[in-house]
Amino acid sequence: MSFDVASIRKEFPILKTLVGKKPLVYLDNAATTQKPRRVIQALESYYTETNANIHRGVHYLAERATEAYEEARRVVARFLNAGTEDEVIFVRGTTEGINLIAHSFGKRFIESGDEILISTMEHHANIVPWQLLCESTGAILKVIPVSDAGELDMEAFDQLLSERTKLVSVVHVSNSLGTINPVKTIVEKSHAAGAKVLLDGAQAVGHFLVDVRDLDCDFYVFSGHKLFGATGIGAVYGKYDMLDSLPPYQGGGDMISQVTFEKTTYKAPPGRFEAGTPHIAGAIAMAEAIHYLNELDRTDLISHEHDLLEYATGSLSELDGLKIYGTAAEKVSLLSFTMEGTHPHDIATVLDADGIAIRAGHHCTQPLLQRYGISATGRASLAFYNTREEIDKLVESLKKIQVLFA
Amino acid sequence: MSDLLQLYQDIILNHNKRPLNYGELDGHTGKAQAHNPLCGDNVTVYWKSVDDILTGITFEAQGCAISRASASIMTGLLNGKSSEEIKDLFSKLLGFLLDPDSEATMDEQLGDLVALSGVRKYPARIKCATLAWHALVDNVSKASGGE
Repeated sequence: MSFDVASIRKEFPILKTLVGKKPLVYLDNAATTQKPRRVIQALESYYTETNANIHRGVHYLAERATEAYEEARRVVARFLNAGTEDEVIFVRGTTEGINLIAHSFGKRFIESGDEILISTMEHHANIVPWQLLCESTGAILKVIPVSDAGELDMEAFDQLLSERTKLVSVVHVSNSLGTINPVKTIVEKSHAAGAKVLLDGAQAVGHFLVDVRDLDCDFYVFSGHKLFGATGIGAVYGKYDMLDSLPPYQGGGDMISQVTFEKTTYKAPPGRFEAGTPHIAGAIAMAEAIHYLNELDRTDLISHEHDLLEYATGSLSELDGLKIYGTAAEKVSLLSFTMEGTHPHDIATVLDADGIAIRAGHHCTQPLLQRYGISATGRASLAFYNTREEIDKLVESLKKIQVLFA
Repeated sequence: MSDLLQLYQDIILNHNKRPLNYGELDGHTGKAQAHNPLCGDNVTVYWKSVDDILTGITFEAQGCAISRASASIMTGLLNGKSSEEIKDLFSKLLGFLLDPDSEATMDEQLGDLVALSGVRKYPARIKCATLAWHALVDNVSKASGGE
């Protein structure tokens, strides 16, 4: 009944690591999450029992690998509540997913003078692909501002949205602030204005369930490694008719229907967008991570993370000169902060000596930090396997830093 | 804690808190910026030189204690030096930072820079310790025509 964090932690072998003589306190989950044993075992058993190339062999292993890979696609589709598994494209991660959409959607729909709307709190992965697209097409990039608390300025959004807006691409959960954006409202308003919507879900899927049909977004993108799976795998969800109207992303094997030197025809989605041999083991392991999460009570996980967020916000706020960036009403368990007199890198280095892993820097959101007039923050990002005791350790260590740098 | 205390020696912490020669230099003849794209840190170095001899140097930095202290110590050491001498000193510093057993190469020319010895245990921070130097060394000979 009650949430048993100790038994959860036992599922994650790496959490037993000692850093020097100190137990690891891993608070860098927004960068990447740790993996439960069964995900690691899924990778191993794929290579010991299943490994073969998919979609073109007729032998036993090839069929087994193909079936496991396509089953992983069905698992991801159900996880997102997609209409069909054909709406799920495997990619290397969120970055590749956004680039895929920028390329294929851009080629089909974006012309000179069109507008693409993003926000100030985007990760560079949801800024640069659009800048590249704008450079090559003459489209115009517009940016929704954020408030001091780290929330999107929805009035400005209303004003920026127009019949020229072809695509709205915003982050579901900010990796620097933790803000959960009102994406359902954004989708409704964008659709009413005739624009399509891409949601960057990299930081969302590891914290709460996402229902793409309820959100009604046109595209949703996330990475497996932030969902307790392996690196190098992620997924793009796209509405089938939309995907079917788009040209391929990369050309190569496995994405074609027929090749002649005169004319090549392409597969239907999702195959059209998956050129070359994909990260088969990664897809299967990501499905295993989803099974693992599905077997837990997500409501318990959310309330545990919420408790950690409240507790950490309270304890950090008591430290002199500590300022938290990102105080939105709706946020995940992530705290970005600065501490007077000590640069975030120095904070991270001293914390590391106590076994505590946080991230320091701009978190690939330089325009956002410029908005707040800073160049770096320390970021403690918590997962459901973290504990209040770990937050106490963070606070104790931060107090030591204040003495050292006083 | 000892690696850490070696990294954050008092000299480093003091230079970080009260850096020497901080701010824009009036009448500078050269100016260069270095940026660490990994962390977003920025340092700007201003200098004045006459006939290839440095006669004034200041800096401004948005960065960690290591990068600020290193820049501060640098500005205290270089007046009166030629661009060749500056380059020599920088290669001595690099040799010192990159060699884990560099006690022997400690050189009195390095002055307070030996307080950066702790960086040798933190390879990721070598970029911080050399950011201001890169700004200066990469540009001082080309931009410092003087009068």
